[in-house]
Amino acid sequence: MTISRSKKRCLLQGNEAIVEGALAAGCRFFAGYPITPASEISEILSVRLPQIDGTFIQMEDEIASMGAIIGASLAGVKSMTATSGPGFSLMQENLGFACIAEVPCVVVNVMRGGPSTGLPTNPAQGDVMQARWGTHGDHPIVVLCVSTVGECFDVTIQAFNISEKYRVPVIILSDEVVAHTRETVTLPSPDSLKIVDRILPSMPSEWYIPYADNSRGVPAMAAFGEGYRYHVTGLVHDVRGFPTGRPDEIEPFISRLFRKITQGLSEIQMTKSVKMDDAEIAVIAYGSVARSARRAVIEAREQGIKAGMLQLITLFPFPRPAVESVLRQCRAVLVPEMNIGQMSREVKRVNQAFTRVEKYNRIDGQFITPDEIYRQIMKI
Amino acid sequence: MPKQVTKLIHKYLRHDKKFPHVWCPGCGNGIVLGALIRAIDRLGLEKDEVVLASGIGCSGRMPVYVDFNTLHTTHGRALTFAAGIKLAKPSLTVITVMGDGDATAIGGNHFIHAARRNLNLTAIIINNQIYGMTGGQYSPTTPYGYYATTSTYGNIEQTFSIAELAVTAGAAFVARSTVYHVQLLDNLFKEAIQKQGFSVVEVVSNCHIQFGRRNKMGDPVTMMEWLRDRAVTIEKAREMSPGSLEDRITIGVLADEEKPIYIEEYQKIREKAKSHVKG
Repeated sequence: MTISRSKKRCLLQGNEAIVEGALAAGCRFFAGYPITPASEISEILSVRLPQIDGTFIQMEDEIASMGAIIGASLAGVKSMTATSGPGFSLMQENLGFACIAEVPCVVVNVMRGGPSTGLPTNPAQGDVMQARWGTHGDHPIVVLCVSTVGECFDVTIQAFNISEKYRVPVIILSDEVVAHTRETVTLPSPDSLKIVDRILPSMPSEWYIPYADNSRGVPAMAAFGEGYRYHVTGLVHDVRGFPTGRPDEIEPFISRLFRKITQGLSEIQMTKSVKMDDAEIAVIAYGSVARSARRAVIEAREQGIKAGMLQLITLFPFPRPAVESVLRQCRAVLVPEMNIGQMSREVKRVNQAFTRVEKYNRIDGQFITPDEIYRQIMKI
Repeated sequence: MPKQVTKLIHKYLRHDKKFPHVWCPGCGNGIVLGALIRAIDRLGLEKDEVVLASGIGCSGRMPVYVDFNTLHTTHGRALTFAAGIKLAKPSLTVITVMGDGDATAIGGNHFIHAARRNLNLTAIIINNQIYGMTGGQYSPTTPYGYYATTSTYGNIEQTFSIAELAVTAGAAFVARSTVYHVQLLDNLFKEAIQKQGFSVVEVVSNCHIQFGRRNKMGDPVTMMEWLRDRAVTIEKAREMSPGSLEDRITIGVLADEEKPIYIEEYQKIREKAKSHVKG
């Protein structure tokens, strides 16, 4: 098929692995706008997508990029965009549209220092809460986070699968370290991958109710031009897709948006445990910091300290069950992150006096090293 | 004959769903919708192959009423969604309908780039010279000195000429009409939809509620007469001096050019990309 998919082992950077994951997941449309440190994703897809009859387009800004991927998805094509902080801010408006109109799409945000133009070439994790709450109004959204090149591939596929299955936009948070680190990865053969596609309506068009509830809370989604003529709007709408102001239609609609995610929590909330079985001190980490945390835990173990790590792949919906079990198990929990303490706040929120939660933060544009986390563990 | 034309429109409306519509009695939007439906009917397009996308405002409500694939996007962004749809499924006929504030204020960047890019899209811009739905604030086309709820002392901003802006930005087909010149409008829509490339039709309309009322311009009929009296055909305008064209509305086809079409160009890119892999 394409050049690199025939090779199994390859040396890739994080941004390249996201491209491989997206293509393997069936992404055939990408719209983006140049921004550091995410530009490689655009550049590589501009080469790869036309080779497989897909489409790449560079839009006039990130607002337009987000609009274009929603449009392509409505026409039935799996689509993605990639950006960094300032561009992610511009995408928030249309991201809300994807939430309310339930249009599957994937948005990669390679985080850099902020606010505003911030630190374009430094790593940071300051967009965690923006990814969850950046667009206005109560809305469900899924936020995943990658820490290695291998995860860039796997998590991107999972992002598309969740997006298609639940008709929800999925954000992938990467950062400058993961994006530009090169690692050897073994890409699985395409046949071994589990790829999920949105459910299409099977009924005759006159019976199709585009936003009808069902047991999963996820309505079948018709593509434009397939005979199911219906209305898509950013206004709160009734089951037929038409604007409504009726309280008895608004409440069930918003509730369903949340219910469809809540029903899938066991599948959506992904975490990884490292040496947690008998751990007394746990590090809860995500993104590139989880790389350092893993190393620090191994070194602490060598010193006889029962340390472990819970890595959060899914940041939102917040993986409460996994975090709670760590909080119950350990005498202290450390949350290192490259921000002022966005995720530690979530951890503290669910910590009902189970244990002690310490935070460790860097807001100077510098990566948190294994040594630093090791020293924090030893302090505890 | 008029009766038959009216009947024709009904074939395309979502009668049982969202009527009565939200527009004020006497609004020009209905005239635009009628003309659009007649153009689509005359072109023999199937309902399934037509997408009507809009932004926000009074014009934004238009897709609700017609039995096509319809999309009501965010303010100013209709063309960005339309681009995605067209690129993903080029067999669809994608038409956007926008207002003057929608297309040239908040969506101005998307508008000029869509014109430059030359995707096969049709942009209909209903220019009523005011933000109607939000309560009559001045827009990029509110004339100098006119009153709006945010220019209580008179508007001091200069205006965009939407059709001329589209020509400058590189649109392949650009035309202008008013809601008074309905037969011209029917034909312009037909030509615009048929055009291979980015086509723009600016329709100067009346908003007697939010614009006319504050500027003492009278009822819908008086405002229509105001549009009629100011209109001058492009052929005639070319013979007139620039000074005498002030406050006039030039109607007709302003530009009709052959330019490389994005979809076709991108297909060539695909062939190149594939040969690159084989090589």
